[in-house]
Amino acid sequence: MTESKECERLLHSLGEYVDGELSEDLCTEIERHLLECHNCQVVVNTLRKTIELYHEEEEQETLPPEVGRRLYMRLNLEDYLRP
Amino acid sequence: MNEPNVKKPLSVQALKAGNREEFARMVEQYSPGIYRLALKMLGNAQDAEDVLQETFLKALRALPGFEERSSLSTWLYRIAMNEALMILRKKRPEAFSLEDQTTSQEDGESIEEPRDIVDWCCLPENELLSSEARDFLNRAVEQLSPALRAVFVLRDLQDLSVRETAEALGISETAVKTRLLRARLKLREELSAYYGHRMEVLGYDRIERM
Ligand SMILES: [Zn+2]
Repeated sequence: MTESKECERLLHSLGEYVDGELSEDLCTEIERHLLECHNCQVVVNTLRKTIELYHEEEEQETLPPEVGRRLYMRLNLEDYLRP
Repeated sequence: MNEPNVKKPLSVQALKAGNREEFARMVEQYSPGIYRLALKMLGNAQDAEDVLQETFLKALRALPGFEERSSLSTWLYRIAMNEALMILRKKRPEAFSLEDQTTSQEDGESIEEPRDIVDWCCLPENELLSSEARDFLNRAVEQLSPALRAVFVLRDLQDLSVRETAEALGISETAVKTRLLRARLKLREELSAYYGHRMEVLGYDRIERM
């Protein structure tokens, strides 16, 4: 379990860490901790993967054509409907 | 085929002046994202379509007075998110009465400690994004409180920056960061339970399941 102070510190900057928004100093510090803490390593990996999966899943969703058609009708944009 | 239109940036000036062709281009560019936003917020195709239509109807009326304090996309997402939250409030008021108590807690300092420590990243892609897994991903988002879900949808699914997300929701950037981390950690926890179970089913060795 994440009992050490380091683990807790990491937890708080985790969001900015995976987004690459942390200062170089803090990054180095975190990466040093990750080398020796298996739990935090797993948390970072699975958190990254979680975000990535949602990204991939999202990219595959498109606007259903009939929803698009009804939208253009509602907005009186029929002329601009693409076949 | 649709390429030429997408490349030219939208002219806010033309939009404000009521140029219909420009408005059509705006609809084409933003309707998929707004529909997905609504679908993720509401989990229901009919409601999502209502939000989509209302958003552009409102935008059409409000464009002449658009003050450009935020970008056009952030402004549209703000309208869409307000519509979605309004429907949610009507349909599930209980989620919001709960919200009042939890929002302050959600913006507070303490972050819940990760519980499920299993590395499921090694699972193959077809397992991670099987149709069953996809359903699970969607249900996990629906289980987030509206406040956490809104931040996650804008920042991680629609790719808005922290600042744009804050503008679209009318909350501080600090609140965005805290809620985003909470949302991500909750989803990580859900996904770890799900994929951890899949690993067991598929006969992967589970290391250090707590
Ligand atoms: Zn640690």
